Amino acid sequence: MTSWKDKREFWISGAKVADPEAGKIRAGSVLIQKGMIAGIVWQKSPETELPVFDAGGLVLAPGFIDIHTHLREPGFEDKETIESGTAAAVAGGYTSILCMANTDPVVDDPSVVEYITRRAEESGHCRVYVTGAVTKGLEGREITEFFHLKRSGAVALSDDGKYISDSKVLRAALEYARVLGMPVISHCEDPYLTADSQMNEGFVSTRLGLKGAHSASEEIAIARDIKLAELTGAHLHIAHISTAGGVDLVKKAKKKGIAVTAEVTPHHLTLDETMLETYDRNLKVNPPLRSAADISALKAALRDGTIDCVATDHAPHNEIDKQVEFNFAPPGMLGLQTAFPQLNTELVKNGDIELIDLIRLMTSSPASIMGFPGGRMKQGELADFVLIDPDEEWVFEKQMIRSRSYNSPLIGKKFKGRVKGVFLEGKYLEDVS
Amino acid sequence: MQFNRKDLLGLEELTSEQIKLILDTADNFKEVLGRKIKKVPALRGVTIANVFYEPSTRTKMSFELAEKRLSADIINFSKATSSVKKGETLRDTLENIKAMKVDIVVMRHGSSGAHKFASEFLDVSIVNAGDGQHAHPTQALLDMMTLRERWGTLNGKKVTIIGDIMHSRVARSNIWGLTKMGAKVTVCGPPTMMPMEIEKLGEGGVKLEYDLEKAVSEADAINILRIQLERQSIRLFPSSREYFEVFGVTSDVLSLAPDDCIVMHPGPMNRGVEIAQEVADSEQAVILPQVTNGVAVRMAVLFLIAGGKVDDTELNEN
Repeated sequence: MTSWKDKREFWISGAKVADPEAGKIRAGSVLIQKGMIAGIVWQKSPETELPVFDAGGLVLAPGFIDIHTHLREPGFEDKETIESGTAAAVAGGYTSILCMANTDPVVDDPSVVEYITRRAEESGHCRVYVTGAVTKGLEGREITEFFHLKRSGAVALSDDGKYISDSKVLRAALEYARVLGMPVISHCEDPYLTADSQMNEGFVSTRLGLKGAHSASEEIAIARDIKLAELTGAHLHIAHISTAGGVDLVKKAKKKGIAVTAEVTPHHLTLDETMLETYDRNLKVNPPLRSAADISALKAALRDGTIDCVATDHAPHNEIDKQVEFNFAPPGMLGLQTAFPQLNTELVKNGDIELIDLIRLMTSSPASIMGFPGGRMKQGELADFVLIDPDEEWVFEKQMIRSRSYNSPLIGKKFKGRVKGVFLEGKYLEDVS
Repeated sequence: MQFNRKDLLGLEELTSEQIKLILDTADNFKEVLGRKIKKVPALRGVTIANVFYEPSTRTKMSFELAEKRLSADIINFSKATSSVKKGETLRDTLENIKAMKVDIVVMRHGSSGAHKFASEFLDVSIVNAGDGQHAHPTQALLDMMTLRERWGTLNGKKVTIIGDIMHSRVARSNIWGLTKMGAKVTVCGPPTMMPMEIEKLGEGGVKLEYDLEKAVSEADAINILRIQLERQSIRLFPSSREYFEVFGVTSDVLSLAPDDCIVMHPGPMNRGVEIAQEVADSEQAVILPQVTNGVAVRMAVLFLIAGGKVDDTELNEN
């Protein structure tokens, strides 16, 4: 893996240091040696002979970690590349991302894991972890060579974008993954109920004449997967949970001690189905934008810990793909560059959660789920940081997009809170935002 | 009163005054259709493209006839003869048509929202001749015109729409138009063909009734929808035979409605499935007058979209 390691020893001082595990943001300074955190002192400026980077009162948090990114390379380089996707990640304050397996070829063979890893070393702007496919060709029939995928570097398994309908296949996958200690990330959607669907099913889909996917289709899938996680003892991670009913199921499973974790996307927390009345294809996502009641339940689940983390489901599609009739547009929207400002604006500034909670949901929580280093503010951890101005007001403009695609419904949106800089293993990345 | 709208995408976005203006204008144009020379110069020099991405018989003929009666220049495009099969996008096709300096695009498309999408980049007027399962405003307008002709008003009248509500753009546009004009709408059909929370659709909502006999018992008019077998991904009812027995409008069912209940159908009819032969051909049926009014309503819409005011001089014979 690429090393951004800056050999220097130096201090970052004058920061509001965010420690997500302690749940605190305090004035402090951080000592960096050889790309690692060598010490933290809770004072504004340390007495030192070493060079000092003055954070100027900004919040210094561990670099964000996204465990749900579609980098599109190999196969769909017209939509995104590892280079452009990681550039977008860094611009959004991310220092580690986990890319999904639905490339072409699918990440169902060690050679593809190795290819992505090599391309990330050559062209990546941040750390890239690789998800292997659960089944060959994402076809839901035969499981892939988990041992070989792990040996080549895959850290998790997922057929994201597709649900594994055959219960015995998922059971086998979970049993096999358990002994390897690899989480299985499940895209929970009963495909029979959602066939041809374009949006959430309810009054809005009735009004717009678009075929709906009822929230029950997600809940049914989550219920089955939880049962299989209980049966096998494997770690099941629910991708992009979007329904109130799904949250209830995860809550009950956690109470029973089942090894289930869940993520939610920024868009499912902040955008609802009523916005689709413009037939804006950039608002077409899978799972679909849900109701205001679902959003309330998702926010409550973030507060009570039922949902463990935020993940973007960053899904680039180029303008040609999206400049079509609604039902012909592929689902997905960009997320890496807007996740923090969007959630800071809509959740933190509206009092749903504290800033330090949002930071935890984007750092130590996803790191724990996937067993990644980083994401914590303590001695011996990676010196991966994001500098944040939580109050700066700015407008997200199209020309700021680092992805190769522009499918964001948030272009032109006014945000509060901005990523101001990123350190990767102690190296300050210029020209981030 | 001027219409002041560039496009007609649906009835949801119109006020009751605007709907009334269209219907009044259509009444005037109907008089033209009764003349010996059925042509007025109202849209002379206006070019209209009829862009049909779905098969259509009567709507396409009706629009064409309306355009000819208004002396517009017409070009026609339908999917079967276009380059769509070679993969040209809707956007490219419409941009090309626009580049030919067309003034109005009349479009039918199988995708809900296709016209809204087109309006993002087309600055020419767009008239919706049906989009997916979303809207079919001129059909609803001709239905309303037909009813208003009989009743003088729509206010307080009870209209029951029967059949496949889920897949029907005709139902949705009728619900919006009728409720805006003060009519009370009931919908009736198999539960598998009833979209969620349909009761909330329209101004003030509609009544949902699964029992056909109850649904027709107080109806001043019934509008029987075509069962669209082609739009179903799975069978939403077990058989046409059972559908006819439970939801088909027979003379027995019609006898439960008030004696002067009007029977409508947007066509094309599946006789013996949603409507019995004797009902389709009964005295109460206005299915052919609907077709006649369709031409007048489309003349009115095109005329108003083109910026016209109802004015005697423009209705003068050629």
